[in-house]
Amino acid sequence: MPVRPDYIRPLDFKSGRIDMSHGAGGRAAAQLIDELFLRAFDNPWLRQGNDQAAFEAPPELAQGGRLVMSTDGHVVSPLFFPGGDLGCLCVHGTINDVAMAGARPLYLAASFIIEEGLPLSTLRDVVSSMARASREAGVPIVTGDTKVVEQGKGDGLFITTTGVGVVPPGVRIDGAAARPGDVVLVSGTLGEHGVAVLSQRESLAFDTTIRSDTAALHTLVADLLAAAGAGVRVLRDPTRGGLATTLNEIARQSGVGMHIDEAAVPVLPDVEAACELLGLDPLYVANEGKLVAVCAPDVADAALAALRSHPLGAAAARIGVVTEDPHHFVQMTTRFGGRRIVDWLTGEPLPRIC
Amino acid sequence: MKYVDEFRDGDLARRLAARIGAEVNPARTYRFMEFCGGHTHALSRYGVLELLPPQVRMIHGPGCPVCVLPIGRIDQAISLALDRGAIVCTYGDTMRVPASQGLSLIKAKARGGDIRMVYSAADALKLAQAQPEREVVFFAIGFETTTPPTALVVRQAQSLGVRNFSVLCCHVLTPAAVTHILAAPDAQRHGRVELDGFIGPAHVSIVIGSAPYEPFAAGWHKPVVIAGFEPLDVMQAILMLVRQVNEGRAVVENEFTRAVTRDGNRAAQAVMDEVFEVRESFEWRGLGVVPHSALRLRDCFRAFDAEHRFALSYQSVPDHKGCECGAILRGVKRPTDCKLFGNVCTPDNPVGSCMVSSEGACSAHYSYGRFKDIPVVAQPA
Amino acid sequence: MCLALPAQVVERRDADEAIVQLGGVRKSVSLALVPEADVGDYVIVHVGHAIGLLDPEEARRTLALFAELEAAVPGAGPLISTEAP
Repeated sequence: MPVRPDYIRPLDFKSGRIDMSHGAGGRAAAQLIDELFLRAFDNPWLRQGNDQAAFEAPPELAQGGRLVMSTDGHVVSPLFFPGGDLGCLCVHGTINDVAMAGARPLYLAASFIIEEGLPLSTLRDVVSSMARASREAGVPIVTGDTKVVEQGKGDGLFITTTGVGVVPPGVRIDGAAARPGDVVLVSGTLGEHGVAVLSQRESLAFDTTIRSDTAALHTLVADLLAAAGAGVRVLRDPTRGGLATTLNEIARQSGVGMHIDEAAVPVLPDVEAACELLGLDPLYVANEGKLVAVCAPDVADAALAALRSHPLGAAAARIGVVTEDPHHFVQMTTRFGGRRIVDWLTGEPLPRIC
Repeated sequence: MKYVDEFRDGDLARRLAARIGAEVNPARTYRFMEFCGGHTHALSRYGVLELLPPQVRMIHGPGCPVCVLPIGRIDQAISLALDRGAIVCTYGDTMRVPASQGLSLIKAKARGGDIRMVYSAADALKLAQAQPEREVVFFAIGFETTTPPTALVVRQAQSLGVRNFSVLCCHVLTPAAVTHILAAPDAQRHGRVELDGFIGPAHVSIVIGSAPYEPFAAGWHKPVVIAGFEPLDVMQAILMLVRQVNEGRAVVENEFTRAVTRDGNRAAQAVMDEVFEVRESFEWRGLGVVPHSALRLRDCFRAFDAEHRFALSYQSVPDHKGCECGAILRGVKRPTDCKLFGNVCTPDNPVGSCMVSSEGACSAHYSYGRFKDIPVVAQPA
Repeated sequence: MCLALPAQVVERRDADEAIVQLGGVRKSVSLALVPEADVGDYVIVHVGHAIGLLDPEEARRTLALFAELEAAVPGAGPLISTEAP
C-alpha cells in the first residue's frame, strides 16, 4: 500500500486527550495549533505563523488618544454553565476590562494552560466558543500560547487573555474620578452569572433557568459615551465580589462615600430566590455582562436613556449617589426602611466562578 | 417569594416601629437577648436596629454554633486531616475559625489537609461511599435545627454498612445555653447582664417546640417570645416582649405560629434521641464548661463516632488574652467594647469566633453597622 | 448557618425525596423529618432537609396581626410599668 509522504493523522476530537507532547513545542504542539486554534480563530495575523502579531497604530492615537491594555486569568469551574463557558467568558471579560476605560477594543491574545488528560472535544468546544465570541464582538485573537501541565495540577483548563484597545482623545475615565453628587447607574439585573455557575455544582444541585449574563459590553460603552461624553466619570464591571465590591473599590479610589437604595437595585426574582436558598446576598454575586457607571448629575438622564436603548442595557437603573464621606462607606437604605453599610466581601465564600 | 416577601414589607415595618416607639416606657431600658444567629443577621442586614426606639437594647446571645465552638474542637478536626489523613468535611462557616498554632481549617487545607466544604451531612456520606479507601469525617456542628439531619445520616450510614465514615459531634443544645446565661455561675469571671427577656430562636423551636422555654419564663421570670426569621417577625416579637415587660408578665409566647408548635417536630426529636445522648458536660467557647449542653453518639453508633474511632482526646485551649468573645457571647459586652475589634480583629483576620461567622455579633456589627460607631455619618447629597 | 426558608413541595419522589420550589428555583430535599408533607404544602428547608411544615392559616393570621397595628384597639396605648426601671 502506497505511503502518503506528507500524511499526518488528524487530531482525534472524538476520543483524543491532551498529553504532555502537546505542550512540548514539537510536531504535536504545532498540529494542535494548526488544527484547532488556527482553524477556529483564523485571521491574517495568526496565518503568518509568528510568535507575535504586529499591527498598525489605530487612527485615534495620532489624534491624541491613548492605548489601553488589560489582562485576566480565567479559572472558572465548571468549564460549561448555563448561558456560557470558559471560552466566551475570557473574550467578554477582557473586552470589558478594556472597554471600562472608555476604549475601543482592538486585539486579544490568549494563553492556554491545559491539564494533561483534558479531552480534545472539551478543548475544541471551549475554543469554538471563544472564536464565536471574538467574531461577534469584532475583536480578533491575534496571538497566543499553549502549555500542558501534568494531571492534577490544574482544573482542566486555565486561559489568560490580554486585550489592547485605544481611548479617543479627551476621554479620562478613572476609578478615582467619582465626585460627591455624582449619580450611580447599573446597566441591568445583577447576580445571574454567579448563580448560573453555582447551579452546576453537584453538591448544590438546584434547578433554575437562570443563565449567565456573560456579554461583551464595548458597544454599550460606546453608546453611553456618545450620549454622556465627559460626564461619565467611572466605569467598572462588577465581576468577582459583585456590585458591593465594585462600589467599595470606587469609593476608596475616589475618596468618597456612596448611598444606594436597595429597592432600586434590579435583581430578577429567580436570582433573589436562588440567593436566598444559597444564603447569598445578590450584591456580592459576580456579573459578567453588566457595568456600573458613575456620572455627573447633569448627564445622568441621558446616560440612563442611552443604556436602556441598547439591548444589553434594557434594565438599566439609577441606584444611588456619591457622597462626601471620609470613611468611604457605601451605605444603603434597605427595602425594609432601615440603613446599613454594604461592606467589602470577606474571605472567599464562593468557589471559583470567574 | 411566598411567605418570605410579605414578612419583609417596609411599610409594615415603619408602622411596627412606630407602635414599639409608642408603647415603650421612655424612662426605662428594655434589654432583650436574641439567641439565634439568624436573628442577629436579620437585624443587621435589614437595618432593623435603626428603626427601634433607643429604649430597646438588643443583646446578641450565644446562638451562633460556629461562635461557640471552642478552639480545642477545631484543633481536633485539623489533626484528623493533617495527622491522620482523613477527609474532613465541614460547613463553610467553620473554615475560617482561628484555632491553635495560627491555623484554621482553611489554612490547614493550604498545608495539604484534605478538608472539604459541604452543604449537608449527606454530602459527606456520599463522599465516604465514593472513596471507600479513605476515612471520611463529618465535622458536625449546630443547634437542634442541624442535629436531626446529622442523625439521619448516621442512621443511614449504619444501615448501608459504610465502614469509613464517622462524625466529630459538636452539636449543642439551646435550652442549656440559655440556662447557663441566666444562672451565670461564673459571674465574677464573665460578668452578668440584667436581661428583661429573650427572643427565642426560630428554627430550633420548629424542632424542639415552645415547651422547653417554659422553665425560663416561670423559674427566672423572664418573658420569652419565639420569633420567625424575617425582620417583621423579629419586630413583632420585640413588641410582644415590650408589652410583657410593661404588664409585668413572664410567659412564653409564640410569634412564629406558622411553623412552631408547643410540641415541636416529634419525628425530628425521635431520630435525634435514637442516635444521640446528652454529654455530662461540654466546653463552649466563651461560656466555659456547660453541663448537659451537648450531644454525642450513643454506644450503638460508636463505630461512627470520630472521637472513639480515632481515639481523640480533648485539649482545652484558652482564647487570645485580649479577645472579649466570652463576654460578648454572654451579652455582657458589646463588640465595640473589645480592644481588638476593628483593628487587630476584623472579618478578614478574625482573632475570635464572634468575628468569623456572619451571624456572630462582631461580624454583623462590623459588616453592617460600624458606620454608626463613628460620630460623623455622611448624609446623602 | 441558621439559614432556613419556606419552599413549596412540587413533587414527591422515592424514599423521602421531594422537589421543592422557591421563586423559580427547584431543589431536591429530604422529607424524612416531615413525612406527612404533601405536594402543595410549604415546608421549612434547612441543609437539604425539610424540618417543619408551614401552616398557611397561621401565616395569614400573623400577617393580619401586623396589618392591624394602626387600627385603634382598646387598651393598646402605652402602658407605664409600675416596676422600678
